[in-house]
Amino acid sequence: MQLEFSPAEIAFQKEVRSFIAENYPENLRSVQDEGHDLSKEDFLSWHRILAKKGWIAPAWPVEYGGTGWTATERFIWSEELAAADCVGTMPFGLSMVGPVIYTFGTPEQKAKFLPGILSGDDWWCQGYSEPGAGSDLASLRTKAVRDGDDYVVNGQKTWTTMAQHADWGFFLVRTDSDAKAQEGISFLLIDMKSPGVTVRPIITLGGEHEVNEVWLEEVRVPVANRVYEENKGWTCAKFLLAHERTGIAAVARSKRGVEKIKAIARTEQDGDRPLIANPFFKRKISELEIDLTALEFTELRSLAGEASGKGPGPESSLLKIKGSEIQQRITELALEAVGHYGAPYFRGFGEGDNEHPIGPDYAHRAAPTYFNTRKTTIYGGSNEIQRNIIAKMVLGI
Amino acid sequence: MDFSYTETQDMIRETLSRFLADTYDFDSRSKMIASSSGRDPGIWKALAQDLGMLGASFSEDQGGLGGGHLENALIMEELGKVIAIEPYLQTVVLGGGALKAVGGAVADAVIPEIINGNVIIAFAYAEPQGRYNLANIRTTAKKDGAGYVLNGHKSVVYAAPWATHLLVTARTGGATSDVNGVSLFLIDANAKGIVRRDYPTVDGFQASEIYFENAAIPADALLGDEGAGLPLIERIVDEATVAVCAESCGVTAKLHQGTLEYARQRNQFGQPISRFQVLQHRMVDMFMEVEQSKSMTTMATLKLDLPAAERMAAVSACKAKVSRSAKFVGQNAIQTHGGIGITQELAIGHFFKRATMIENQFGSADHHYDRFERLTLAD
Ligand SMILES: Cc1cc2nc3c(=O)[nH]c(=O)nc-3n(C[C@H](O)[C@H](O)[C@H](O)COP(=O)(O)OP(=O)(O)OC[C@H]3O[C@@H](n4cnc5c(N)ncnc54)[C@H](O)[C@@H]3O)c2cc1C
Ligand SMILES: Cc1cc2nc3c(=O)[nH]c(=O)nc-3n(C[C@H](O)[C@H](O)[C@H](O)COP(=O)(O)OP(=O)(O)OC[C@H]3O[C@@H](n4cnc5c(N)ncnc54)[C@H](O)[C@@H]3O)c2cc1C
Repeated sequence: MQLEFSPAEIAFQKEVRSFIAENYPENLRSVQDEGHDLSKEDFLSWHRILAKKGWIAPAWPVEYGGTGWTATERFIWSEELAAADCVGTMPFGLSMVGPVIYTFGTPEQKAKFLPGILSGDDWWCQGYSEPGAGSDLASLRTKAVRDGDDYVVNGQKTWTTMAQHADWGFFLVRTDSDAKAQEGISFLLIDMKSPGVTVRPIITLGGEHEVNEVWLEEVRVPVANRVYEENKGWTCAKFLLAHERTGIAAVARSKRGVEKIKAIARTEQDGDRPLIANPFFKRKISELEIDLTALEFTELRSLAGEASGKGPGPESSLLKIKGSEIQQRITELALEAVGHYGAPYFRGFGEGDNEHPIGPDYAHRAAPTYFNTRKTTIYGGSNEIQRNIIAKMVLGI
Repeated sequence: MDFSYTETQDMIRETLSRFLADTYDFDSRSKMIASSSGRDPGIWKALAQDLGMLGASFSEDQGGLGGGHLENALIMEELGKVIAIEPYLQTVVLGGGALKAVGGAVADAVIPEIINGNVIIAFAYAEPQGRYNLANIRTTAKKDGAGYVLNGHKSVVYAAPWATHLLVTARTGGATSDVNGVSLFLIDANAKGIVRRDYPTVDGFQASEIYFENAAIPADALLGDEGAGLPLIERIVDEATVAVCAESCGVTAKLHQGTLEYARQRNQFGQPISRFQVLQHRMVDMFMEVEQSKSMTTMATLKLDLPAAERMAAVSACKAKVSRSAKFVGQNAIQTHGGIGITQELAIGHFFKRATMIENQFGSADHHYDRFERLTLAD
């Protein structure tokens, strides 16, 4: 065991750092700084730059377009991305359906779908949850009935993140209503432009349009778009959920978040001293930072386990629980730090509106971000469900 | 000792609760907020003239019902149950509180106008650098002939876009954080030299940044003695802090009740989620937080007329506890709802937003623990 980077790793760090500095889109930076909502094009502009460089999917096997980086190099990469405040790439293609397709898909499916995921030409969304099937995902009722070379799909999905931009969605559908809940489910790739697909916005607490309802009415989906065997979709779903959970620890981003809190607390005045000199506030920052270190080293240990052949197992639930709680605490502290200026409600700039937000620049997103971040302990399997998983799978009770 | 309410107090609560049930359902509230003025002025008029509610905490001499802090608390609690956006706190508790405390001709003239709903007051006290320290004031009021000239910037003044009057803290002397040299003024909100930038707040109110640019105000705008206003300001802010705690009791009671109802009817894994023990215990904890908030609010309300040091310790104890409870109950209400809790379409999220803003209004939990310790734990 050793903590220091090798000379090669330090060289790698320099290389990626300067690549980001030289290539990160200028206008995207200003959109972020001013607190605008990011458009599809905003997200894609950075995605395409990384795709062109060949760095868009570091976690993928090299044969499918991965970088072949070691776990340490990937660690350095995510640190550098976060330190430079780069927008995240959308996980639905790169971290979710991509790995499912290269693990379970046919050669035709790999050839058809992987290039679009890498290039960013296809935007993906995840159609799992339904109004009646949240934590109890296996109770899903969206139905797919075989009709010749197609399935005919009917049902309703909900909470579908960024479906308003999506070209494709991966859906869990019921293909056998008589089987035990988990056994009659199939994994379908659905063209979001198919007739019968309707996407309706759900506006969340910070005022943002992130999630949607997706209605499927008599949607015809070629059988060729089913990944893996019929009625075995749960296998893909479980594989993918475990993948979803590792990314969710968000250690590098949270480190950056803690740095931002410190910067705010150095600027904000608390009487005759900066807020960072307030012993109560200082203690909360330290607690956060120490908990984040514990999470970081737990993740590093878990990655080391993965590298030696153990796939992400149920202990990834620990990363999800602690990671999501830390993300929430960061937003809590930010809101606390801005004091009175947490109250003004500022929803980006309207068309032709160049009014300046109220209060300091770092203040106007504090409350909406705090509200929005309540989601992290709910999605990707709620923290209660994650605790149930640890109890059952790790503790054996 | 007696913790029971009088018949009049019960009647006030019942009348108000019935009125709000009819007028303040979630859809009506959303429509008010979305309207151009961000409120429905008819409701304020009805509270004043049909229900006589705005006079509940004023003496009978002044045309009120003869009540005081308890009436303010129970009205605020009811307003909290519907997350009302009425400027009761600013107009009656703060403005009315200051006028009751100083008395005199201005009080005699303005209080009846508060009671009949013609006057709305906004409290302009916070400043960008000041945080929760009431003496940290840069806004100046300079003597000019018989009157004063105001200059400075007040932040996040709730209800200012609707106000007929502003209750303003300003320095007539001393340096930024000095205890002496602070004065309180009640001024015409439309006086020349007042520039406002209006905006909605995350919890559904309207507020403003207010800039005084050589605003000339008359001598009789001064409430109390020049340069000796801080104790008065501390007192009315303590009264307002307890009123907000009372509101929080209403807000968190509804968060708890809504969560309980949802958990009973939401099924997952073939059973209502209310059967899962981890959620049961959480809802029990929420219940205990609401009950303790009510207890602390009662305690502090009853101590508002004690000598300043005792009053401040009681108010800080109350607010520290209520801030923490508002956070706990709000966060757990959302968590227990799952995804549906974070949508704009459901009332529960809006109660959560108000609870969140209450946490820091008139001082965060940390601020009040600190004040409590300074008053009660000698080194
Ligand atoms: C912002 C956001 C984005 C999302 N994006 C997507 C997406 O892109 N695609 C997608 O398919 N889904 C998405 N989801 C859905 C998400 O996965 C679900 O919200 C989640 O699984 C919880 O389901 P639910 O909301 O129905 O809550 P419920 O399952 O109804 O849960 C309500 C509460 O009960 C608790 N609970 C449930 N069962 C148990 C139990 N057995 N023991 C103890 N407690 C329990 C839960 O933890 C929660 O606190 C998203 C959700 C959000 C909020
Ligand atoms: C100092 C002391 C004095 C006592 N005096 C008396 C007395 O005067 N008279 C008398 O009759 N008894 C007395 N008791 C006994 C006491 O009532 C029992 O200890 C108590 O009921 C718990 O039972 P147990 O110790 O068998 O623990 P268990 O019942 O085995 O419980 C072990 C743990 O499991 C938890 N648990 C159990 N059931 C559930 C559930 N359904 N849901 C969630 N968690 C659960 C418990 O909370 C505990 O944490 C006394 C005990 C102590 C320690």
